[in-house]
Amino acid sequence: MRPFLERFAQSTQRKLLSLQEYFALGLKSLQFIFARPFYGQDLVQQMDEIGVKSLGIVLLTGFFTGMVLALQSSVQLKLFGMTAYIGTLVTASMIRELGPVLAGLMVAGRVGSGIAAQIGSMRVTEQIDALNTLGTDPIKKLVTPRVLAALIMLPVLTVINDFVGILGGNVIGSLLVKVPASTYWRTVWEAIAGGGFTFRYIPNDFIMGLTKPFVFGGLISITACYFGLNTTGGTEGVGIATTRTVVVSSILILIVDYFITQILLSVLSYG
Amino acid sequence: MAENRQGSDRRGEGRRGPRPTKVREAIRSELAEDAGDDEVVSTLRPPVVSLENVSLAFDRPILKNVSFDAMAGETICIVGESGTGKSTTLKLILRLLKPDEGRVLIDGEDITEISFEEALEIRQKMGMVFQGAALFDSMSVLENIAYPLREHTDLDEDEIEARVREKLEFVDLDPDQVMAQYPSELSGGMRKRVGIARGMANNPEIMLYDEPTSGLDPLTTATITKLIIKLQRELNVTSVVVSHDIRSVFRMASKVALLYDQRITFFGTPEEMSGSDDPYIRDFLGGL
Repeated sequence: MRPFLERFAQSTQRKLLSLQEYFALGLKSLQFIFARPFYGQDLVQQMDEIGVKSLGIVLLTGFFTGMVLALQSSVQLKLFGMTAYIGTLVTASMIRELGPVLAGLMVAGRVGSGIAAQIGSMRVTEQIDALNTLGTDPIKKLVTPRVLAALIMLPVLTVINDFVGILGGNVIGSLLVKVPASTYWRTVWEAIAGGGFTFRYIPNDFIMGLTKPFVFGGLISITACYFGLNTTGGTEGVGIATTRTVVVSSILILIVDYFITQILLSVLSYG
Repeated sequence: MAENRQGSDRRGEGRRGPRPTKVREAIRSELAEDAGDDEVVSTLRPPVVSLENVSLAFDRPILKNVSFDAMAGETICIVGESGTGKSTTLKLILRLLKPDEGRVLIDGEDITEISFEEALEIRQKMGMVFQGAALFDSMSVLENIAYPLREHTDLDEDEIEARVREKLEFVDLDPDQVMAQYPSELSGGMRKRVGIARGMANNPEIMLYDEPTSGLDPLTTATITKLIIKLQRELNVTSVVVSHDIRSVFRMASKVALLYDQRITFFGTPEEMSGSDDPYIRDFLGGL
């Protein structure tokens, strides 16, 4: 019994230490945003990598998600003769939930794995040590530009994802359910306005729809950098770091999504 | 520091093999050959690198009570079996690791308790050449060598390119041919030479080499060894070299430190080492 308890205590201690390191990395990377030198070129490169190069996959998932949402909701709404409200359902679902979560999951899979693999490879080939010996803080050089780029680009990708999703709903509404485009876009606006406003002009849906990807961007990039920097065991270790990044980021997105929703629903005056 | 041999007799027990006379003769003849050029620099100036009673342990003890000094312009070669803490010693000098006990001094300054930011400053005095060169994959040769200059100097791009060309020429590479290439396009020997060029880009007073000749063919090994000697002789750089290649070590070393059982069991000149009757040293030299 005693060895079991000792092992359990050691394992818990290790996990708590890892958690502490994770938060310390996140905090340090955010602090470095305001510290010189500023690696502007790296930031632009990462914005291209995280944002522009993820555009295709986000457009595709957003458009088809919007279409399938419209298709599914039309079946239910037809029962009540309310197919004109397809736009309301698609909009609320896309802006509040599916847009941010899907964009987050896509970026976690495509970009998170890439970051972990790249930094992990740099770790096992001593390039991180080389940065250190050349007088550069690897967190400032590698982590901060990636975190900042993800914080900026994930909300942008989510807005695009939301828009093409709603557009996809319009395509299905017009072609299959025969809802006129004017009616569709009127219900889209009604859905946004129905959520209420903060400071009179800012729709609550926009606040929720942009807060989530901002947080997800931070989670994905910090998780990827954390596992990348802690890679051990050569190329096999790089593979493990990559897998862990995708799994942990995806789970964190889903868990944190619930809590952000819960908090914002109680903070913002919905309805 | 005086020759340190404590514990070597004990460790030699049961390891007495045939006396490796051929190896030692080869080494002696090589030393005589080298002595024909310049004398290996060894002065009595204060130590540039100094380890004082350094101990370090991770899951198991790595180093125990290790001490040695590297004087200005000296080349200290650290040798020993695999896993004896040779590369760890370099990481302690770079302050990538902190000793559990003892002190590491660079130019007389104790770096044991300095902050991470101060360590980054101290590292600018040093150039490091990694075992696998550790060139940045995403950067060209020019960008790799220019990296420390862009980070820590106010040189303009023309001056940086001139410095990169100068360093590439020093390591016998054609700047016009290699500057635009990426590390993946270079051979192992070329990567090592670019690694040396990057390490010396900032004109450091200390150069550290981790297995600079490992995995290279004999001709390239000789080239890299000559390069390290050239760096020491022409620029009077203090070097600490970790190597398994005893032939190269005997050509470049001012002093040799032999690590065994977490301690330095021998510290002295190559001549003293090759003339030693210590069974473990004889065994070690013979084994190589």
